[in-house]
Amino acid sequence: MTEQFTPSPLFTRVERARRRKPRVRDEFITLAHGSGGKAMRELVEGLFLEYLRNPLLEKLEDQAVFQVNSSLPRLAFTTDSYVVTPIFFPGGDIGELAVNGTINDLAMSGARPLYLSAGFILEEGFPVEDLKRILVSMRDAAHEAGVEIVTGDTKVVQKGSADKIFINTSGIGVIEHSVSLSASAARAGDKVIVSGTIGDHGTTILIARGDLELETDIGSDTAPLHLLVADMLSETARLGAPDAIRCMRDPTRGGVATTLNEIALSSEVCIQIHEDRIPVREEVKGACEILGLDPLYVANEGKLIALVSGEVAEAIVGRMRQNPYGHDACIIGEVKPEPQGIVTMVTGFGGSRIVDMLVGEQLPRIC
Amino acid sequence: MKFIDEYRQSDLARTLAGKIAEMTSRPLKLMEVCGGHTHTIFKYGIEDLLPPNIEMIHGPGCPVCVIPMGRTDDAITLAREPGVIFTTYGDAMRVPGSKMSLLDAKAAGADVRMVYSPLDALKIAKKTPDRHVIFFALGFETTSPSTAMTVLQAAKEGVENFGVFCNHITILPALKAMLDSPDLQLDGFVGPGHVSTIIGTRPYEFVPREYGKPLVVSGFEPLDILQSVYMIVKQVVEGRAEVENQYGRVVPRDGNQRALEALFEVFEPRDFFEWRGLGSIAHSGMKLRPKYAAYDAELKFSVPGLRVADPKACQCGEILKGVKKPWECKVFGTACTPETPIGSCMVSSEGACAAYYNFGRLSKVAERSAANARA
Ligand code: SF4
Repeated sequence: MTEQFTPSPLFTRVERARRRKPRVRDEFITLAHGSGGKAMRELVEGLFLEYLRNPLLEKLEDQAVFQVNSSLPRLAFTTDSYVVTPIFFPGGDIGELAVNGTINDLAMSGARPLYLSAGFILEEGFPVEDLKRILVSMRDAAHEAGVEIVTGDTKVVQKGSADKIFINTSGIGVIEHSVSLSASAARAGDKVIVSGTIGDHGTTILIARGDLELETDIGSDTAPLHLLVADMLSETARLGAPDAIRCMRDPTRGGVATTLNEIALSSEVCIQIHEDRIPVREEVKGACEILGLDPLYVANEGKLIALVSGEVAEAIVGRMRQNPYGHDACIIGEVKPEPQGIVTMVTGFGGSRIVDMLVGEQLPRIC
Repeated sequence: MKFIDEYRQSDLARTLAGKIAEMTSRPLKLMEVCGGHTHTIFKYGIEDLLPPNIEMIHGPGCPVCVIPMGRTDDAITLAREPGVIFTTYGDAMRVPGSKMSLLDAKAAGADVRMVYSPLDALKIAKKTPDRHVIFFALGFETTSPSTAMTVLQAAKEGVENFGVFCNHITILPALKAMLDSPDLQLDGFVGPGHVSTIIGTRPYEFVPREYGKPLVVSGFEPLDILQSVYMIVKQVVEGRAEVENQYGRVVPRDGNQRALEALFEVFEPRDFFEWRGLGSIAHSGMKLRPKYAAYDAELKFSVPGLRVADPKACQCGEILKGVKKPWECKVFGTACTPETPIGSCMVSSEGACAAYYNFGRLSKVAERSAANARA
């Protein structure tokens, strides 16, 4: 299936169905609509985009990139809401997540993050002490990243109308390099880079919920990635290959598998990854095994995926490894021309399989 | 990072696969009975390694796939009873009933919660004494002992607001049904691993004795399965038919006495239990003994208990028996996908349809057989 791919009628039939225009068939919103997989894509493309369509939104990138005036640099703008349970977990809390997450969405367009907003929805009865703790970590995270939280909003809702605290952050950044990164820019011959071990955040949260009684020392990987991105961009500039990075994404909800599927579909290419090159911590592997989950679909909060030209991939990885947040960076796969829109994996065992998008939430298997 | 072991594993796998290929002279059809094995086979692309004349048939051992639609409807009825907290294993949430799934029922307001074990359900019951907590008990001997022990625990602690909607099934009658099925000519079985830790290997001895087929109880790592296939092929080549135990590190010949005692204490066989696509199989299901009637949700609440015919398009029965391959079903991958499952084989990743769809749309085996079917 690698070099010469001739699709069978079966394959063609299934692929046609898979790429049908997303439609929302459900009568009610379910948790699946928020899990970052196919159901969420249906909601976004089938509903939000239908009603709110415009050229910037249509790109469905994690941030909008625009220019106010042709003599000014381009700006990136993004927003994200944080509703994690528990709000404090090993390796971080909801406040740090809210700051870093928005910084990362900006960084993935190559932007330098500048200003953030923060909106709070608080449930009646929420302890002020906890709010203080969250604000301290937001302040520290913003400080570390060199951004400022310059505007905000607060609402308090009746007990039971929200789960403790929800935070929304928006951010604005400036793009100083002449890059134009897009999920539709990958082409055959490119390499797939991941900046470090995958699945740490999602596994930590599942364990921290405490219904599992697992004891591990895994912590969330929440981290700001804009300096890592800056290193990567300066490396490509040094190499005289400003267009070498085609696309960057932070694989949050839906994990690496979903992100790669989005890129494969947008770019009309096949992405092939190699199981034995994907860095996964032993503890994460073990916990996922017990839960019947696949780390490829588990959320990350401090990792990025980059698709870069094959010629400079090694050099970029070398540079990434000098940054603390890219210490375990490595090449996990490459882009092939066909079959288009598909992610495949060469298993550690020597076989191969498809890696599809997540359907709803990952539901643990029964045995 | 386990880079090294995995490379070694794949070397070993190739060696084993090579040996299997050398030994096989005629086409063989082997069935892995257990859904967990189906999952491993697809997840690691094992069919890519096997020689083309070995065909793996994916058997009826996915507990989610064999739950009949009527029972799912009953579960949803229970979940919507006022004051009930309905608890279930994750992958049972998406199984389609005739009108909706538990996940839909949850979105529409029912209090459906996912748990990892029946003990978690019991914990919820203790925490919320004013509500009634029902556990949707599903699965083979892999999961039934923990249900039994939870019922015993509830009885011991006198927890009154806890009940079990029992749909436990046993593997042996299903295996027998496979062997008696005239449209299925199998050459051997990869026997279930987890089930066998409970029941041991002795109960399978009728398979070689009465039907002359080898059965090898297998573990769940990809190498386990390859080795089991090797052991079956070896038996066939040498003209033997025996029960062998590849999973000896976990499976004792006589099973787990404590678990068996708990099972026997709490459950008794039903005269008949319906399996999706396979029809009614005698003594294949379990229910609570009268002694534990206080924990039987079917007695405490009324469930409609209707038999609901599978949707016309659905060929799950043929798939579960291994008579047809998923892609031979007209709606496979088009109307029936993991996000819009028509049949239950498309729900759990242990189901053959979902496994083909998720992992193997390009699988060489699928492509080859589809090509043969066209020719
Ligand atoms: S494709 Fe769907 S309807 Fe057809 S057999 Fe499989 S699960 Fe049943």
